[in-house]
Amino acid sequence: MSISIDEVRHVAKLARLELEESEILSFQTELNALLGHFGDIQSVDVSGIEPISHAVSLQNVWADDQIWESVPREQALRNSPLSRAALFVVPQIIED
Amino acid sequence: MAAAELARRIASREVSCVEVAKSYLAAISQHDPQLGCFLALDPEATLRQAEAAQLMVDNGTAGPLAGVPIALKDNLSTEGLETTCASKILKGYVPPFDASVVTKLRLAGLPILGKTNMDEFAMGTSTETSAYQLTRNPWDRNRAPGGSSGGSAAAVAGSLAPLSLGSDTGGSIRQPASLCGIVGFKPTYGRCSRYGLIAFASSLDQIGPLAQNVEDAALLASILTGHDPLDSTSLNVPPISTKDLKSGSLRGLKIALPKELFDDSLSPDVRKVIEEAIEALRKEGVQFKEVSIPSIAVGVTTYYIIAPAEASSNLARFDGIRFGPRSEGKGHIGVVERSRAEGFGHEVKSRIMMGTYALSAGYYDAYYLRASQVRAVMTQEFKAAFEDCDAVLSPTSPVPAFKLGELTADPLALKLLDYCTIPANLGGFPAISLNCGFTNGLPIGLQLMAPAMQDERLLQIAYSIEKAMPPPKLPSLA
Repeated sequence: MSISIDEVRHVAKLARLELEESEILSFQTELNALLGHFGDIQSVDVSGIEPISHAVSLQNVWADDQIWESVPREQALRNSPLSRAALFVVPQIIED
Repeated sequence: MAAAELARRIASREVSCVEVAKSYLAAISQHDPQLGCFLALDPEATLRQAEAAQLMVDNGTAGPLAGVPIALKDNLSTEGLETTCASKILKGYVPPFDASVVTKLRLAGLPILGKTNMDEFAMGTSTETSAYQLTRNPWDRNRAPGGSSGGSAAAVAGSLAPLSLGSDTGGSIRQPASLCGIVGFKPTYGRCSRYGLIAFASSLDQIGPLAQNVEDAALLASILTGHDPLDSTSLNVPPISTKDLKSGSLRGLKIALPKELFDDSLSPDVRKVIEEAIEALRKEGVQFKEVSIPSIAVGVTTYYIIAPAEASSNLARFDGIRFGPRSEGKGHIGVVERSRAEGFGHEVKSRIMMGTYALSAGYYDAYYLRASQVRAVMTQEFKAAFEDCDAVLSPTSPVPAFKLGELTADPLALKLLDYCTIPANLGGFPAISLNCGFTNGLPIGLQLMAPAMQDERLLQIAYSIEKAMPPPKLPSLA
């Protein structure tokens, strides 16, 4: 399987990465080298094998619904590049 | 000096915690400009913590490593101390809380020396993808320390810290430990809380110790491990015990050698040193058995689908809104796209792209789903191999430390080097790397793997094996 320039652009859009034209070309080369290598996985017989997403099969880890102290608001906002009046300031989301 | 010995001298009042901290801070200011291990230091805070540790020693409330300073990989959240994951996207980020392992270290009285360099977001094998600086291997400064916990490994090997913490997603503790000639231990997945570890691939990430020897690694692991309700994947089992660490024996030990980890990818120099180590252990009464674990052959592919897939999701949170620098752009999406483009380095973008592709419509079944099935196959194959042996032995890295810049132009070649360490992450079982010799002045690491939850047994075996190897040594810093 190989990846086209248009697919690289589409994936970058999905990944929310604004890429330069030169980067798009270099990622196409790099991803194709990886995908070329990844062909080896198709040879493994996985018929009837249940996929696992985790090595440890923990299920339904419950916690008591307790109130505890959380990070104070000023501290939570301190790392924000832009905040005002105890709020994160975000760019305009809905156009005029 | 090894951590256990240092702790003994502190406990017997031969030296104070503050004196110890000061001597390491002095070593850092003298040698770190050349080695490049540290990204952030806060000497005043280190000394305050050393004073507090001394109080514990004086009160008789000190744990086994009280007063022994430690360096932390820069993906572990430290309240009040900048934490960047060696990425520009977290430049200036000061966490408002401590990772759970950091809390445990503070309670146990280990002063924090600083934050160590790493591959950006732990994505790499040489610490060269750091957005900030190169770290040099203390054995040969023209060579890489390995990665991604390269700063943590080089700090211990360079005697800038007696202990350090790393994180291991595909070998990032064990491989740099191997290349720097020290011990690196990845516990069973779930034994160390990941709360406050900035996530790379959540189903694979595990925190663990880097140390001069197995005893130090085991003592540190006993402090780091234990159940944490703040991490829902934390196992509800007691911390690792060091009670039986020294009571093992090599005689009668059954160790499996998977032929897939001794194939032609192994450099002749590494093969020679590992085979000599195996021969030495055979003479001590260890029984070796060659086994086959066929799925190892596709381990790299499986890992490089699953880890980037998880990373592409985990790293979605870096958007320039709540932390890190924000770039100018058109509207909300424009700002996010530009902030991420300017904040992430090439390797991180590459993995986000790969992961997004592997999870995207039309490719999910061929890549992520299939990789998750192979992961199940590999876990079963290792389970079977472990059934009639105590541990599995292999090289940690197929090559000794390589030159800085030697492999940066070939990202695929660099990734293929991970094939020895990846299985323990995919299967969640514990693994440790310890030095077993040298080739041309460069250290070679031997890896041991054991079944999940057999951390104590693995450490006990590693301790016995270490005794049969040449004694651990560190390079002298000129």
